[in-house]
Amino acid sequence: MTDSEMADLDGPAWADDDAEDVRPYALTNGRTEPRHQMRLASMVVARHEAKTGLAPEAESAVALCRSEPRSVAEIAAVLAQPVLVTKILLSDLIDDGALILSLTSDATCPDDPNLLEALLVGLRRRFPDCG
Amino acid sequence: MKIVIAGGFGAGKTTLVGAVSEIDPLTTEEYLTSASSGTDSLAGVEAKRTTTVSMDFGRITFTTPRHIVLMLFGTPGQERFRFTWDDLSHGASGAVILADTRRLQDSFAAVSYFEDRHVPFVVAVNEFDDAPHRYSCQEVRQALELPEETPVLLCDARDTRSASTALITLVSYALTSSRHPQTLQGARP
Repeated sequence: MTDSEMADLDGPAWADDDAEDVRPYALTNGRTEPRHQMRLASMVVARHEAKTGLAPEAESAVALCRSEPRSVAEIAAVLAQPVLVTKILLSDLIDDGALILSLTSDATCPDDPNLLEALLVGLRRRFPDCG
Repeated sequence: MKIVIAGGFGAGKTTLVGAVSEIDPLTTEEYLTSASSGTDSLAGVEAKRTTTVSMDFGRITFTTPRHIVLMLFGTPGQERFRFTWDDLSHGASGAVILADTRRLQDSFAAVSYFEDRHVPFVVAVNEFDDAPHRYSCQEVRQALELPEETPVLLCDARDTRSASTALITLVSYALTSSRHPQTLQGARP
């Protein structure tokens, strides 16, 4: 029997959207609101002191932002968890002292000419072939 | 910093993010609960449903002339996903709207969304080999009713050079707009 035939046999009982919805919120003990205000582009970074005894998802999140700050969007993608669930996990890790929410990333002014100019210079250096 | 890559389904958002990102593009998922409208609605039923919306994520890290992490978000352009864009567009320095000339109407929602929020944007006309007719930038500008100062360029989203030109054109335009806010017809709120 091929994999797809197996999948057909397993059928809607397990493959439907409702089944997928269960697990992410189990990770958050049913909570649906993060305690810390975060956006997709908010950055978190791991504190130096190593934390032990974390759940696997939390362990992965901390490992990901060990070397440099990572955005909520990227962490959610790597954990393969929805953004809201990720924010709740990250909130817990911030409260536990495993992660720090970077304040500068949210305070960045998107139309600051100095930043835009630096970005333009950076892009032109990175992609020198461009017009 | 943050740039949004917007466009209709299949317009090449993932491809463009992948062409310039230093990491393989990632998929960020979010659950959205909304009162369904339009095509989703069941007659006479006040339906609320949870859907999953996927965003493409990529990034470019710069160390010179200063440390900047540029995040790229590829966002679905469908009208019914517009409510997801608020977090995406919050703090965005600009947007590249990928226009697929086979379905130019898909770009209208994105154009009006960023116009309303005074977020600078450029329109990148993705060139598809199977498009029955190649439109000029001027034709696209007229069809989308864009002001003369809004950059419109042809773009092959698969090509790093072409994709990065779209980003550079956008940032250059955003920089000009930040120095001369009147070009965006009003200051950013």
